[in-house]
Amino acid sequence: MGDYILLAISCILINNILLAQYLGNCPFLGTSKKMETAVGMSMAVVFVLVMAGVITWIVNNYVLVKFDLVYLRTIAFILVIASLVQFVEMFLKKSIPTLYAGLGIFLPLITTNCAVMGVCLINVNEEYTFVQALVTSFSYAVGFGLALILFAGVRERIILARVPRPLQDTSIGLVTAGVLSLAFFAFKGWV
Amino acid sequence: MAKSIAQEFTKGLWDEIPPFRLVLGLCPVLAVTKTVENGIGMGLATTFVLVCSNILVSSLRKVIPAKVRIACFIIIIATFVTVVELVMQAYAYPLFLKLGIFIPLIVVNCIVLGRSEAFASKNGVVRSLADGLGIGVGFTLSLAALGAVRELFGSGTLTIWESSIQIFGPSFEPFTFMVEAPGAFVCLGLMLCIMNLLGKK
Repeated sequence: MGDYILLAISCILINNILLAQYLGNCPFLGTSKKMETAVGMSMAVVFVLVMAGVITWIVNNYVLVKFDLVYLRTIAFILVIASLVQFVEMFLKKSIPTLYAGLGIFLPLITTNCAVMGVCLINVNEEYTFVQALVTSFSYAVGFGLALILFAGVRERIILARVPRPLQDTSIGLVTAGVLSLAFFAFKGWV
Repeated sequence: MAKSIAQEFTKGLWDEIPPFRLVLGLCPVLAVTKTVENGIGMGLATTFVLVCSNILVSSLRKVIPAKVRIACFIIIIATFVTVVELVMQAYAYPLFLKLGIFIPLIVVNCIVLGRSEAFASKNGVVRSLADGLGIGVGFTLSLAALGAVRELFGSGTLTIWESSIQIFGPSFEPFTFMVEAPGAFVCLGLMLCIMNLLGKK
């Protein structure tokens, strides 16, 4: 049990997917201008990432490895993720419309979020067991949400500040992300 | 106004140079630019995928039904990514190890899908080829530039084809901040700022 807690902490804080692993940076900059969109995106990522992590793990170990098709991994994973996102979207639309309305346009965008594909590949490359893969997927997703919501909070304040013209928008966003990343850098060597 | 084929190529080098003008596909940009060499390798791999998928998408644009086009584009892209992956594993193994999961992640690089959707699905084969090549070369140049800045200040060297050249001499104290994650963000932000200063807009 202790191992799993350690794994979770290292995935959320030390190897934070956005700020230390450089995965999922497009939505990080794209959806962090408003707190609402940041929360929506984080929820959608937690939801899809856990499911994708589990399903790709099963596909990899019981289909690809078993039938010696490992070279098809990239194609298989992207197909699993794309169809999963489509399926989740249709399912939520029918059965939980309130959640569907909350996640809105963020669901389809997740297909091209490299955080999802990246975590699936990390799970397979590190040869995690099923439970480990589940824990990592969930913790990476939580780390994604944490960093995104923190960053959105900072960015909402920046709007009020007077930023030099060439630095405006994405440019100052990246520099801010750097500072935030420096803060997370302090967790290194913690575990 | 219709652009000439040469203009389709050159627009990728300045007007729409990724990732500065089109802020897309940031993950590989930040992750692999610790050295110039990695940046160039990643850039070339992405260019190959971009050109091939642009050609195939534009030649199939009348066959692919509009409703499932995104899924079709992704499969086409994934095929070429697999090709790159296997070729690099065979002929450039050290680089393949350094780039790690960022090679399969070219599939979800928004630049590639973005060009298929925004350009190749609406234009002819030759134009799409020029567009893919232009954007690809622009992307490679940006990665090389960012890699050069980060490597120069982060470790005082420039690595090209496995040989490091000391630039600042032995007494240089490496500024390790630049090769770590925070440096990547700050450096890209400042380069974007310089681009804005130089650009017309």
